[in-house]
Amino acid sequence: MKEFICINCPLGCHLVVDDSDKNNIIVTGNTCPRGKTYGINEILNPKRMVTSSVCVLNGENNVVSVKTKEAIPKGLIFDSLEILKNIKVNAPVHIGDVIVKNVLNTNVDIIATRNVERI
Amino acid sequence: MENYNLVIIGGGPAGLAAAISAYDKGEKNILILERENKLGGILNQCIHNGFGLHTFNEELTGPEYAYRFIEEVEKRHIKYMLNTTVINLSKDKEIRALSEDGLLIIKAKAIILACGCRERPRGGINIAGSRCAGIYSAGTAQKLVNIDGFMPGKEVVILGSGDIGLIMARRMVFEGAKVKAVVELLPYSSGLNRNIVQCLNDFNIPLLFSHTVVEIKGKDRVESVIIAEVDERLNPKMDTCEEIKCDTLLLSVGLLPENELARGADVNISRITRGAVVDDSLMTSIDGVFECGNVLHVHDLVDYVSEEAKEAGIKAYEYINSKAKKVYPKTEIETDSLVRYTVPELIINNEDYNPLTIKLRVSNVFKKVRLEVKADDEVIFSKARPVVAPGEMEKIDLKEDQVKKLRSSKHILVYLKKVE
Ligand SMILES: Cc1cc2nc3c(=O)[nH]c(=O)nc-3n(C[C@H](O)[C@H](O)[C@H](O)COP(=O)(O)OP(=O)(O)OC[C@H]3O[C@@H](n4cnc5c(N)ncnc54)[C@H](O)[C@@H]3O)c2cc1C
Ligand code: SF4
Repeated sequence: MKEFICINCPLGCHLVVDDSDKNNIIVTGNTCPRGKTYGINEILNPKRMVTSSVCVLNGENNVVSVKTKEAIPKGLIFDSLEILKNIKVNAPVHIGDVIVKNVLNTNVDIIATRNVERI
Repeated sequence: MENYNLVIIGGGPAGLAAAISAYDKGEKNILILERENKLGGILNQCIHNGFGLHTFNEELTGPEYAYRFIEEVEKRHIKYMLNTTVINLSKDKEIRALSEDGLLIIKAKAIILACGCRERPRGGINIAGSRCAGIYSAGTAQKLVNIDGFMPGKEVVILGSGDIGLIMARRMVFEGAKVKAVVELLPYSSGLNRNIVQCLNDFNIPLLFSHTVVEIKGKDRVESVIIAEVDERLNPKMDTCEEIKCDTLLLSVGLLPENELARGADVNISRITRGAVVDDSLMTSIDGVFECGNVLHVHDLVDYVSEEAKEAGIKAYEYINSKAKKVYPKTEIETDSLVRYTVPELIINNEDYNPLTIKLRVSNVFKKVRLEVKADDEVIFSKARPVVAPGEMEKIDLKEDQVKKLRSSKHILVYLKKVE
Protein backbone atom coordinates (compact mmCIF):
# COMPACT_ATOMS: atom_id res chain seq x y z
CA MET A 1 0.00 0.00 0.00
CA LYS A 2 1.34 3.38 -0.97
CA GLU A 3 -0.20 6.83 -0.74
CA PHE A 4 0.09 9.64 -3.26
CA ILE A 5 -1.50 12.97 -4.03
CA CYS A 6 -2.61 13.20 -7.64
CA ILE A 7 -1.04 16.30 -9.23
CA ASN A 8 -3.08 16.42 -12.41
CA CYS A 9 -5.64 18.95 -11.25
CA PRO A 10 -6.26 21.26 -8.27
CA LEU A 11 -8.53 18.73 -6.57
CA GLY A 12 -5.43 16.85 -5.43
CA CYS A 13 -7.11 13.52 -4.70
CA HIS A 14 -5.43 11.38 -2.06
CA LEU A 15 -4.73 8.10 -3.79
CA VAL A 16 -4.17 4.81 -2.04
CA VAL A 17 -2.42 2.34 -4.30
CA ASP A 18 -2.34 -1.38 -3.60
CA ASP A 19 0.68 -2.76 -5.46
CA SER A 20 0.88 -6.19 -3.83
CA ASP A 21 0.17 -7.66 -7.26
CA LYS A 22 2.24 -5.75 -9.84
CA ASN A 23 0.04 -7.07 -12.63
CA ASN A 24 -3.09 -5.84 -10.98
CA ILE A 25 -2.40 -2.54 -9.27
CA ILE A 26 -5.47 -1.17 -7.55
CA VAL A 27 -5.92 2.56 -7.19
CA THR A 28 -8.54 4.00 -4.87
CA GLY A 29 -9.34 7.57 -3.88
CA ASN A 30 -9.19 8.93 -7.42
CA THR A 31 -12.08 10.98 -8.75
CA CYS A 32 -11.29 10.43 -12.43
CA PRO A 33 -9.29 8.05 -14.65
CA ARG A 34 -6.29 10.37 -14.80
CA GLY A 35 -5.72 9.68 -11.12
CA LYS A 36 -5.62 5.94 -11.79
CA THR A 37 -3.00 6.33 -14.53
CA TYR A 38 -0.99 8.63 -12.30
CA GLY A 39 -1.09 6.20 -9.36
CA ILE A 40 0.01 3.27 -11.51
CA ASN A 41 2.87 5.28 -13.04
CA GLU A 42 4.07 6.42 -9.66
CA ILE A 43 4.45 2.74 -8.71
CA LEU A 44 5.84 1.31 -11.94
CA ASN A 45 8.01 4.09 -13.31
CA PRO A 46 7.99 7.42 -11.50
CA LYS A 47 9.94 10.03 -13.45
CA ARG A 48 11.02 13.60 -12.75
CA MET A 49 12.69 16.34 -14.65
CA VAL A 50 15.83 17.46 -12.83
CA THR A 51 16.78 21.14 -12.82
CA SER A 52 19.94 22.41 -11.20
CA SER A 53 23.06 24.39 -12.07
CA VAL A 54 26.73 23.79 -12.83
CA CYS A 55 29.86 25.89 -12.36
CA VAL A 56 31.01 28.17 -15.17
CA LEU A 57 34.56 29.40 -15.71
CA ASN A 58 35.23 32.87 -17.15
CA GLY A 59 31.54 33.68 -17.37
CA GLU A 60 29.46 36.71 -16.47
CA ASN A 61 27.85 34.49 -13.80
CA ASN A 62 29.44 31.77 -11.64
CA VAL A 63 26.83 29.17 -12.54
CA VAL A 64 24.60 28.21 -15.44
CA SER A 65 21.22 26.58 -14.98
CA VAL A 66 20.61 23.16 -16.54
CA LYS A 67 17.83 20.61 -16.95
CA THR A 68 17.40 17.03 -18.04
CA LYS A 69 15.86 17.34 -21.48
CA GLU A 70 13.17 14.89 -20.45
CA ALA A 71 12.12 13.35 -17.17
CA ILE A 72 14.42 10.63 -15.83
CA PRO A 73 13.62 7.85 -13.34
CA LYS A 74 13.05 9.37 -9.92
CA GLY A 75 15.62 7.06 -8.34
CA LEU A 76 18.38 8.63 -10.41
CA ILE A 77 17.86 12.22 -9.26
CA PHE A 78 20.68 12.27 -6.72
CA ASP A 79 23.11 10.32 -8.93
CA SER A 80 22.61 12.87 -11.69
CA LEU A 81 23.11 15.75 -9.25
CA GLU A 82 26.36 14.11 -8.10
CA ILE A 83 27.61 14.15 -11.70
CA LEU A 84 26.64 17.81 -12.09
CA LYS A 85 28.51 18.75 -8.92
CA ASN A 86 31.82 17.82 -10.51
CA ILE A 87 31.30 19.55 -13.83
CA LYS A 88 32.84 22.87 -14.79
CA VAL A 89 32.06 24.38 -18.17
CA ASN A 90 33.80 27.20 -19.95
CA ALA A 91 31.85 30.30 -20.93
CA PRO A 92 30.21 31.11 -23.24
CA VAL A 93 27.36 28.67 -22.66
CA HIS A 94 24.08 28.94 -24.55
CA ILE A 95 20.55 27.67 -24.13
CA GLY A 96 20.37 24.10 -25.43
CA ASP A 97 24.12 23.35 -25.18
CA VAL A 98 24.59 19.75 -24.07
CA ILE A 99 26.29 19.65 -20.66
CA VAL A 100 26.08 15.87 -20.07
CA LYS A 101 25.31 13.45 -22.86
CA ASN A 102 23.10 10.47 -22.10
CA VAL A 103 23.21 10.92 -18.36
CA LEU A 104 23.44 7.58 -16.47
CA ASN A 105 22.49 5.74 -19.67
CA THR A 106 18.97 7.10 -19.60
CA ASN A 107 19.23 8.32 -23.20
CA VAL A 108 18.46 11.76 -21.85
CA ASP A 109 20.89 14.68 -22.18
CA ILE A 110 21.37 17.42 -19.64
CA ILE A 111 21.29 20.81 -21.36
CA ALA A 112 21.90 24.44 -20.44
CA THR A 113 18.80 26.57 -19.88
CA ARG A 114 20.31 30.04 -19.98
CA ASN A 115 23.02 31.99 -21.71
CA VAL A 116 26.17 32.88 -19.82
CA GLU A 117 28.53 35.02 -21.87
CA ARG A 118 32.29 35.12 -21.51
CA ILE A 119 33.87 38.09 -19.77
CA MET B 1 13.47 65.36 -23.05
CA GLU B 2 12.74 62.37 -25.25
CA ASN B 3 9.37 61.44 -26.70
CA TYR B 4 7.95 57.99 -27.32
CA ASN B 5 4.48 56.77 -28.21
CA LEU B 6 4.66 53.84 -25.82
CA VAL B 7 6.96 53.38 -22.85
CA ILE B 8 6.93 50.07 -20.99
CA ILE B 9 8.36 50.04 -17.48
CA GLY B 10 9.78 46.60 -16.66
CA GLY B 11 11.36 44.06 -19.01
CA GLY B 12 9.99 40.88 -17.41
CA PRO B 13 7.57 38.53 -19.17
CA ALA B 14 4.77 41.10 -18.86
CA GLY B 15 6.74 43.97 -20.36
CA LEU B 16 8.11 41.80 -23.16
CA ALA B 17 4.73 40.36 -24.18
CA ALA B 18 3.12 43.82 -24.09
CA ALA B 19 5.87 45.25 -26.31
CA ILE B 20 5.56 42.44 -28.84
CA SER B 21 1.77 42.70 -29.14
CA ALA B 22 1.76 46.51 -29.43
CA TYR B 23 4.44 46.25 -32.10
CA ASP B 24 2.56 43.59 -34.05
CA LYS B 25 -0.56 45.74 -33.97
CA GLY B 26 1.41 48.51 -35.65
CA GLU B 27 3.06 50.59 -32.94
CA LYS B 28 6.76 50.85 -33.79
CA ASN B 29 7.74 53.70 -31.48
CA ILE B 30 8.27 51.73 -28.26
CA LEU B 31 10.81 51.90 -25.44
CA ILE B 32 11.24 49.30 -22.68
CA LEU B 33 12.98 50.41 -19.47
CA GLU B 34 14.54 47.71 -17.26
CA ARG B 35 16.54 48.27 -14.11
CA GLU B 36 18.44 44.95 -14.19
CA ASN B 37 21.28 44.16 -16.59
CA LYS B 38 19.19 41.60 -18.47
CA LEU B 39 15.67 41.33 -19.82
CA GLY B 40 13.50 38.52 -18.47
CA GLY B 41 12.56 39.68 -14.97
CA ILE B 42 12.09 37.24 -12.14
CA LEU B 43 12.11 34.30 -14.58
CA ASN B 44 15.89 34.50 -14.85
CA GLN B 45 16.20 33.05 -11.36
CA CYS B 46 13.36 30.51 -11.67
CA ILE B 47 15.43 27.69 -13.11
CA HIS B 48 12.88 24.96 -12.35
CA ASN B 49 10.62 23.55 -15.03
CA GLY B 50 6.88 24.09 -15.30
CA PHE B 51 6.68 27.29 -17.32
CA GLY B 52 4.88 27.66 -20.59
CA LEU B 53 2.73 24.53 -20.50
CA HIS B 54 -0.25 26.57 -21.73
CA THR B 55 1.59 28.78 -24.22
CA PHE B 56 4.12 26.43 -25.79
CA ASN B 57 2.79 23.01 -24.78
CA GLU B 58 6.24 22.33 -23.47
CA GLU B 59 7.76 22.27 -20.01
CA LEU B 60 10.26 25.07 -20.05
CA THR B 61 12.38 26.52 -17.27
CA GLY B 62 12.02 30.21 -16.41
CA PRO B 63 15.07 31.48 -18.33
CA GLU B 64 14.07 29.46 -21.41
CA TYR B 65 10.54 30.86 -21.34
CA ALA B 66 11.86 34.41 -20.98
CA TYR B 67 14.34 33.83 -23.77
CA ARG B 68 11.58 32.98 -26.26
CA PHE B 69 10.10 36.42 -25.67
CA ILE B 70 13.47 38.21 -25.61
CA GLU B 71 14.23 36.73 -29.04
CA GLU B 72 10.93 38.05 -30.38
CA VAL B 73 11.72 41.53 -29.02
CA GLU B 74 15.19 41.42 -30.60
CA LYS B 75 13.77 40.23 -33.94
CA ARG B 76 11.51 43.26 -34.08
CA HIS B 77 14.32 45.60 -33.03
CA ILE B 78 12.18 46.98 -30.25
CA LYS B 79 14.28 49.47 -28.33
CA TYR B 80 15.12 48.72 -24.70
CA MET B 81 17.42 50.22 -22.08
CA LEU B 82 18.96 48.06 -19.35
CA ASN B 83 20.36 49.23 -15.99
CA THR B 84 17.75 51.95 -16.09
CA THR B 85 15.52 52.47 -13.07
CA VAL B 86 12.39 54.54 -13.34
CA ILE B 87 12.19 56.69 -10.22
CA ASN B 88 9.14 58.80 -10.93
CA LEU B 89 6.00 58.88 -13.01
CA SER B 90 3.78 61.94 -13.28
CA LYS B 91 0.09 62.30 -14.05
CA ASP B 92 0.83 63.79 -17.45
CA LYS B 93 2.88 60.72 -18.37
CA GLU B 94 6.35 62.09 -17.85
CA ILE B 95 8.91 59.54 -16.71
CA ARG B 96 12.11 60.15 -14.80
CA ALA B 97 14.67 57.39 -14.90
CA LEU B 98 18.23 56.89 -13.74
CA SER B 99 20.53 55.21 -16.21
CA GLU B 100 24.28 54.85 -16.50
CA ASP B 101 24.25 58.17 -18.36
CA GLY B 102 22.40 59.98 -15.61
CA LEU B 103 18.86 61.29 -15.39
CA LEU B 104 16.50 60.72 -18.30
CA ILE B 105 13.24 62.54 -18.81
CA ILE B 106 10.87 60.81 -21.19
CA LYS B 107 7.39 61.82 -22.29
CA ALA B 108 5.03 59.13 -23.51
CA LYS B 109 1.59 59.02 -25.14
CA ALA B 110 0.86 55.77 -23.33
CA ILE B 111 2.63 53.90 -20.54
CA ILE B 112 2.41 50.27 -19.51
CA LEU B 113 3.49 49.53 -15.97
CA ALA B 114 4.96 46.01 -15.87
CA CYS B 115 7.17 46.25 -12.78
CA GLY B 116 6.29 42.87 -11.26
CA CYS B 117 6.14 42.25 -7.54
CA ARG B 118 8.50 41.86 -4.65
CA GLU B 119 8.51 39.69 -1.58
CA ARG B 120 6.95 40.72 1.66
CA PRO B 121 9.88 41.49 3.97
CA ARG B 122 10.36 40.16 7.51
CA GLY B 123 9.11 43.47 8.88
CA GLY B 124 5.73 42.61 7.42
CA ILE B 125 5.39 39.62 9.72
CA ASN B 126 6.24 39.78 13.38
CA ILE B 127 8.73 37.27 14.73
CA ALA B 128 10.51 37.85 18.01
CA GLY B 129 14.20 37.33 18.39
CA SER B 130 17.53 38.59 17.20
CA ARG B 131 18.34 40.11 13.83
CA CYS B 132 21.11 37.65 13.16
CA ALA B 133 22.51 36.48 9.83
CA GLY B 134 20.94 33.52 8.06
CA ILE B 135 17.47 34.94 7.45
CA TYR B 136 16.58 35.37 3.80
CA SER B 137 13.48 35.79 1.77
CA ALA B 138 13.00 32.70 -0.42
CA GLY B 139 13.38 34.79 -3.57
CA THR B 140 16.68 36.28 -2.41
CA ALA B 141 17.94 32.78 -1.63
CA GLN B 142 16.78 31.69 -5.09
CA LYS B 143 18.80 34.45 -6.71
CA LEU B 144 21.88 33.66 -4.61
CA VAL B 145 21.81 29.94 -5.45
CA ASN B 146 20.68 30.04 -9.06
CA ILE B 147 22.46 33.09 -10.40
CA ASP B 148 25.41 33.74 -8.10
CA GLY B 149 26.08 30.09 -7.25
CA PHE B 150 26.19 30.80 -3.52
CA MET B 151 24.58 28.52 -0.92
CA PRO B 152 23.07 30.46 1.98
CA GLY B 153 23.16 27.60 4.51
CA LYS B 154 23.15 23.90 5.37
CA GLU B 155 20.21 23.32 7.70
CA VAL B 156 17.11 25.09 6.65
CA VAL B 157 13.62 25.86 7.92
CA ILE B 158 11.17 27.53 5.56
CA LEU B 159 8.31 29.67 6.78
CA GLY B 160 5.45 29.81 4.29
CA SER B 161 4.35 27.17 1.80
CA GLY B 162 3.82 29.36 -1.24
CA ASP B 163 5.32 28.11 -4.46
CA ILE B 164 8.61 29.95 -4.05
CA GLY B 165 9.15 28.37 -0.63
CA LEU B 166 8.32 24.90 -1.97
CA ILE B 167 10.58 25.28 -4.99
CA MET B 168 13.42 26.50 -2.78
CA ALA B 169 13.00 23.54 -0.41
CA ARG B 170 13.85 21.15 -3.26
CA ARG B 171 16.55 23.44 -4.59
CA MET B 172 18.34 23.54 -1.23
CA VAL B 173 18.14 19.74 -0.98
CA PHE B 174 19.64 19.45 -4.47
CA GLU B 175 22.54 21.61 -3.35
CA GLY B 176 23.23 19.37 -0.37
CA ALA B 177 21.33 21.15 2.41
CA LYS B 178 18.94 19.53 4.84
CA VAL B 179 15.49 21.08 4.88
CA LYS B 180 14.07 20.32 8.30
CA ALA B 181 10.54 21.59 7.81
CA VAL B 182 8.24 23.87 5.91
CA VAL B 183 6.03 25.72 8.38
CA GLU B 184 2.65 27.06 7.20
CA LEU B 185 0.44 29.35 9.27
CA LEU B 186 -2.78 28.39 7.49
CA PRO B 187 -4.44 24.97 7.46
CA TYR B 188 -3.76 24.71 3.72
CA SER B 189 -0.97 25.64 1.31
CA SER B 190 -1.22 28.41 -1.24
CA GLY B 191 1.24 26.46 -3.39
CA LEU B 192 0.40 24.11 -6.24
CA ASN B 193 -0.21 20.43 -5.43
CA ARG B 194 2.39 19.54 -7.95
CA ASN B 195 5.00 21.50 -6.00
CA ILE B 196 3.96 19.97 -2.69
CA VAL B 197 4.38 16.51 -4.17
CA GLN B 198 7.51 17.03 -6.22
CA CYS B 199 9.36 19.44 -3.94
CA LEU B 200 8.44 18.17 -0.47
CA ASN B 201 6.93 14.67 -0.52
CA ASP B 202 9.56 13.35 -2.94
CA PHE B 203 12.23 14.23 -0.38
CA ASN B 204 10.26 13.51 2.81
CA ILE B 205 10.30 17.13 3.92
CA PRO B 206 7.60 17.66 6.55
CA LEU B 207 4.96 20.32 5.87
CA LEU B 208 3.48 21.57 9.14
CA PHE B 209 0.10 23.23 8.67
CA SER B 210 -1.32 25.65 11.25
CA HIS B 211 2.16 26.29 12.64
CA THR B 212 4.34 29.36 12.77
CA VAL B 213 7.79 30.49 13.81
CA VAL B 214 7.48 32.39 17.09
CA GLU B 215 11.14 33.06 17.79
CA ILE B 216 14.50 33.07 16.08
CA LYS B 217 17.50 32.18 18.25
CA GLY B 218 21.18 32.86 17.65
CA LYS B 219 23.78 35.56 18.19
CA ASP B 220 25.61 36.25 14.94
CA ARG B 221 23.96 33.54 12.92
CA VAL B 222 20.65 31.72 13.26
CA GLU B 223 21.10 28.72 15.58
CA SER B 224 17.53 27.55 15.90
CA VAL B 225 13.91 28.59 15.53
CA ILE B 226 11.02 28.01 17.89
CA ILE B 227 7.84 26.91 16.17
CA ALA B 228 4.36 26.55 17.62
CA GLU B 229 0.92 25.43 16.55
CA VAL B 230 -1.67 28.17 16.06
CA ASP B 231 -5.34 28.24 17.03
CA GLU B 232 -8.27 29.04 14.71
CA ARG B 233 -7.54 32.73 15.07
CA LEU B 234 -3.94 32.10 14.05
CA ASN B 235 -2.56 32.92 17.51
CA PRO B 236 0.33 30.68 18.59
CA LYS B 237 -0.43 28.17 21.34
CA MET B 238 2.64 28.67 23.48
CA ASP B 239 2.38 25.25 25.16
CA THR B 240 3.09 23.61 21.79
CA CYS B 241 6.49 25.29 21.30
CA GLU B 242 9.20 23.18 19.78
CA GLU B 243 12.80 24.06 18.92
CA ILE B 244 14.32 23.18 15.55
CA LYS B 245 18.07 23.54 15.09
CA CYS B 246 18.99 25.26 11.83
CA ASP B 247 21.39 27.84 10.43
CA THR B 248 19.03 29.33 7.88
CA LEU B 249 15.43 30.54 7.85
CA LEU B 250 13.79 31.25 4.52
CA LEU B 251 10.70 33.42 4.47
CA SER B 252 8.16 32.77 1.77
CA VAL B 253 5.31 34.82 3.12
CA GLY B 254 3.80 36.37 0.06
CA LEU B 255 4.32 38.83 -2.72
CA LEU B 256 3.32 42.45 -3.08
CA PRO B 257 2.91 44.32 -6.36
CA GLU B 258 5.67 46.87 -6.87
CA ASN B 259 3.45 49.93 -7.09
CA GLU B 260 5.54 52.86 -5.87
CA LEU B 261 5.49 54.48 -9.30
CA ALA B 262 1.72 54.20 -9.64
CA ARG B 263 1.22 55.52 -6.11
CA GLY B 264 3.50 58.46 -6.81
CA ALA B 265 1.29 59.40 -9.74
CA ASP B 266 -1.87 59.07 -7.62
CA VAL B 267 -3.19 56.07 -9.52
CA ASN B 268 -6.12 54.45 -7.71
CA ILE B 269 -4.75 51.37 -5.93
CA SER B 270 -6.89 48.41 -4.86
CA ARG B 271 -6.71 47.75 -1.15
CA ILE B 272 -6.95 44.04 -1.79
CA THR B 273 -4.62 43.28 -4.69
CA ARG B 274 -2.35 46.27 -3.95
CA GLY B 275 -2.24 46.69 -7.72
CA ALA B 276 -3.98 49.45 -9.64
CA VAL B 277 -7.74 49.47 -10.10
CA VAL B 278 -8.17 48.84 -13.83
CA ASP B 279 -11.05 48.66 -16.28
CA ASP B 280 -11.43 45.92 -18.84
CA SER B 281 -8.89 47.59 -21.14
CA LEU B 282 -6.38 47.30 -18.27
CA MET B 283 -6.27 51.08 -18.02
CA THR B 284 -5.68 52.60 -14.59
CA SER B 285 -7.36 55.72 -13.24
CA ILE B 286 -4.89 57.78 -15.28
CA ASP B 287 -5.84 58.05 -18.92
CA GLY B 288 -3.29 56.20 -21.06
CA VAL B 289 -1.52 54.44 -18.17
CA PHE B 290 -1.99 50.66 -18.23
CA GLU B 291 -0.93 47.85 -15.91
CA CYS B 292 -0.33 44.15 -16.46
CA GLY B 293 1.46 41.18 -14.94
CA ASN B 294 2.41 40.85 -11.30
CA VAL B 295 2.32 44.58 -10.67
CA LEU B 296 -1.43 44.42 -11.29
CA HIS B 297 -2.12 41.31 -9.24
CA VAL B 298 0.05 38.36 -8.29
CA HIS B 299 -0.30 35.59 -10.89
CA ASP B 300 0.63 31.98 -10.29
CA LEU B 301 1.27 31.06 -13.90
CA VAL B 302 3.51 33.07 -16.16
CA ASP B 303 1.36 32.01 -19.13
CA TYR B 304 -1.47 34.10 -17.72
CA VAL B 305 0.94 37.01 -17.26
CA SER B 306 1.89 36.84 -20.93
CA GLU B 307 -1.76 36.61 -21.97
CA GLU B 308 -2.78 39.62 -19.90
CA ALA B 309 0.23 41.63 -21.09
CA LYS B 310 -0.57 40.87 -24.72
CA GLU B 311 -3.98 42.40 -24.14
CA ALA B 312 -2.42 45.47 -22.48
CA GLY B 313 -0.17 45.97 -25.51
CA ILE B 314 -3.15 45.87 -27.87
CA LYS B 315 -5.18 48.25 -25.73
CA ALA B 316 -2.27 50.68 -25.46
CA TYR B 317 -1.92 50.62 -29.23
CA GLU B 318 -5.64 51.30 -29.65
CA TYR B 319 -5.47 54.13 -27.14
CA ILE B 320 -2.54 55.80 -28.90
CA ASN B 321 -4.22 55.51 -32.29
CA SER B 322 -7.82 56.35 -31.47
CA LYS B 323 -8.68 59.77 -32.78
CA ALA B 324 -11.62 60.86 -30.71
CA LYS B 325 -11.05 59.72 -27.15
CA LYS B 326 -14.54 59.15 -25.95
CA VAL B 327 -14.94 58.61 -22.23
CA TYR B 328 -17.55 56.04 -21.27
CA PRO B 329 -19.01 55.47 -17.83
CA LYS B 330 -17.84 52.35 -16.02
CA THR B 331 -19.62 49.87 -13.77
CA GLU B 332 -17.80 48.52 -10.75
CA ILE B 333 -17.85 44.74 -10.32
CA GLU B 334 -19.14 43.81 -6.90
CA THR B 335 -18.25 40.53 -5.18
CA ASP B 336 -19.59 38.53 -2.28
CA SER B 337 -17.32 37.73 0.65
CA LEU B 338 -16.24 34.39 -0.85
CA VAL B 339 -14.62 36.18 -3.79
CA ARG B 340 -11.64 38.20 -2.67
CA TYR B 341 -11.14 40.30 -5.78
CA THR B 342 -11.67 40.50 -9.51
CA VAL B 343 -9.46 41.95 -12.23
CA PRO B 344 -10.69 44.05 -13.94
CA GLU B 345 -12.68 45.83 -11.28
CA LEU B 346 -14.44 48.14 -13.74
CA ILE B 347 -16.40 47.35 -16.89
CA ILE B 348 -16.63 50.01 -19.58
CA ASN B 349 -20.20 50.73 -20.68
CA ASN B 350 -19.53 50.99 -24.39
CA GLU B 351 -20.84 48.84 -27.20
CA ASP B 352 -17.73 46.80 -27.95
CA TYR B 353 -18.46 43.12 -28.28
CA ASN B 354 -14.95 41.77 -27.86
CA PRO B 355 -14.56 38.68 -25.69
CA LEU B 356 -13.67 39.45 -22.11
CA THR B 357 -12.07 37.56 -19.24
CA ILE B 358 -12.66 38.28 -15.58
CA LYS B 359 -9.97 36.88 -13.29
CA LEU B 360 -10.52 36.36 -9.62
CA ARG B 361 -9.30 34.79 -6.45
CA VAL B 362 -11.48 33.24 -3.79
CA SER B 363 -11.04 33.91 -0.09
CA ASN B 364 -10.80 30.33 1.18
CA VAL B 365 -10.89 26.70 0.02
CA PHE B 366 -14.44 25.81 -1.04
CA LYS B 367 -15.71 22.52 -2.41
CA LYS B 368 -18.66 21.99 -4.74
CA VAL B 369 -19.48 25.52 -5.76
CA ARG B 370 -20.68 27.35 -8.82
CA LEU B 371 -18.93 30.45 -10.01
CA GLU B 372 -21.57 32.91 -11.22
CA VAL B 373 -21.93 36.36 -12.70
CA LYS B 374 -25.07 38.44 -12.37
CA ALA B 375 -25.69 41.41 -14.66
CA ASP B 376 -28.46 43.47 -13.09
CA ASP B 377 -30.74 40.62 -11.96
CA GLU B 378 -29.92 38.07 -14.61
CA VAL B 379 -27.39 35.27 -14.10
CA ILE B 380 -25.33 35.48 -17.30
CA PHE B 381 -22.61 33.00 -16.39
CA SER B 382 -22.50 29.90 -14.24
CA LYS B 383 -19.78 27.29 -14.04
CA ALA B 384 -19.48 24.31 -11.67
CA ARG B 385 -16.20 24.09 -9.79
CA PRO B 386 -15.51 20.93 -7.76
CA VAL B 387 -12.94 22.83 -5.74
CA VAL B 388 -11.59 26.37 -5.63
CA ALA B 389 -8.65 27.61 -3.59
CA PRO B 390 -7.03 31.01 -2.94
CA GLY B 391 -3.81 29.73 -4.51
CA GLU B 392 -5.35 29.18 -7.93
CA MET B 393 -6.60 32.07 -9.99
CA GLU B 394 -10.05 31.46 -11.49
CA LYS B 395 -10.98 32.74 -14.92
CA ILE B 396 -14.38 33.61 -16.30
CA ASP B 397 -14.34 33.71 -20.10
CA LEU B 398 -17.33 35.62 -21.37
CA LYS B 399 -18.70 35.34 -24.88
CA GLU B 400 -20.01 38.15 -27.01
CA ASP B 401 -23.64 38.06 -25.91
CA GLN B 402 -22.62 37.85 -22.27
CA VAL B 403 -20.24 40.77 -22.67
CA LYS B 404 -23.00 42.78 -24.29
CA LYS B 405 -25.24 42.27 -21.28
CA LEU B 406 -22.42 43.04 -18.89
CA ARG B 407 -21.58 46.30 -20.61
CA SER B 408 -25.13 47.58 -20.46
CA SER B 409 -25.89 46.72 -16.84
CA LYS B 410 -25.76 48.96 -13.81
CA HIS B 411 -24.99 46.23 -11.28
CA ILE B 412 -22.51 43.44 -11.81
CA LEU B 413 -21.99 40.79 -9.16
CA VAL B 414 -19.39 38.00 -9.21
CA TYR B 415 -20.01 35.37 -6.55
CA LEU B 416 -19.73 31.75 -5.47
CA LYS B 417 -22.82 29.67 -4.93
CA LYS B 418 -22.58 26.59 -2.75
CA VAL B 419 -24.30 23.53 -4.18
CA GLU B 420 -25.41 20.60 -2.07
C1 LIG C 1 10.13 32.84 -7.21
C2 LIG C 1 9.02 32.68 -8.21
C3 LIG C 1 8.71 31.42 -8.72
C4 LIG C 1 7.75 31.27 -9.73
N1 LIG C 1 7.48 30.03 -10.25
C5 LIG C 1 6.61 29.90 -11.31
C6 LIG C 1 6.38 28.63 -11.95
O1 LIG C 1 6.89 27.59 -11.52
N2 LIG C 1 5.56 28.57 -13.04
C7 LIG C 1 4.98 29.70 -13.53
O2 LIG C 1 4.27 29.62 -14.55
N3 LIG C 1 5.15 30.90 -12.91
C8 LIG C 1 5.95 31.04 -11.83
N4 LIG C 1 6.15 32.26 -11.22
C9 LIG C 1 5.37 33.40 -11.68
C10 LIG C 1 6.01 34.17 -12.83
O3 LIG C 1 7.38 34.06 -12.82
C11 LIG C 1 5.63 35.56 -12.65
O4 LIG C 1 4.23 35.60 -12.65
C12 LIG C 1 6.17 36.45 -13.78
O5 LIG C 1 7.58 36.46 -13.78
C13 LIG C 1 5.65 37.85 -13.62
O6 LIG C 1 6.08 38.64 -14.69
P1 LIG C 1 6.17 40.20 -14.61
O7 LIG C 1 6.76 40.64 -15.89
O8 LIG C 1 4.87 40.74 -14.19
O9 LIG C 1 7.16 40.51 -13.39
P2 LIG C 1 8.73 40.29 -13.23
O10 LIG C 1 9.19 39.04 -13.84
O11 LIG C 1 9.01 40.50 -11.79
O12 LIG C 1 9.36 41.50 -14.06
C14 LIG C 1 9.29 42.85 -13.66
C15 LIG C 1 10.50 43.59 -14.20
O13 LIG C 1 10.34 44.98 -13.97
C16 LIG C 1 11.56 45.53 -13.58
N5 LIG C 1 11.30 46.74 -12.81
C17 LIG C 1 10.57 46.87 -11.67
N6 LIG C 1 10.53 48.15 -11.26
C18 LIG C 1 11.23 48.87 -12.16
C19 LIG C 1 11.56 50.25 -12.28
N7 LIG C 1 11.15 51.15 -11.38
N8 LIG C 1 12.30 50.64 -13.34
C20 LIG C 1 12.72 49.73 -14.26
N9 LIG C 1 12.45 48.42 -14.19
C21 LIG C 1 11.72 47.99 -13.16
C22 LIG C 1 12.19 44.43 -12.75
O14 LIG C 1 13.58 44.56 -12.68
C23 LIG C 1 11.78 43.17 -13.52
O15 LIG C 1 12.71 42.81 -14.48
C24 LIG C 1 7.08 32.42 -10.19
C25 LIG C 1 7.36 33.67 -9.62
C26 LIG C 1 8.30 33.82 -8.65
C27 LIG C 1 8.56 35.18 -8.05
S1 SF4 D 1 -7.78 11.92 -9.78
FE1 SF4 D 1 -8.67 13.24 -11.34
S2 SF4 D 1 -9.90 14.65 -10.14
FE2 SF4 D 1 -8.50 13.72 -8.67
S3 SF4 D 1 -6.70 15.11 -8.64
FE3 SF4 D 1 -6.29 13.55 -10.18
S4 SF4 D 1 -6.95 14.49 -12.10
FE4 SF4 D 1 -7.92 15.65 -10.44
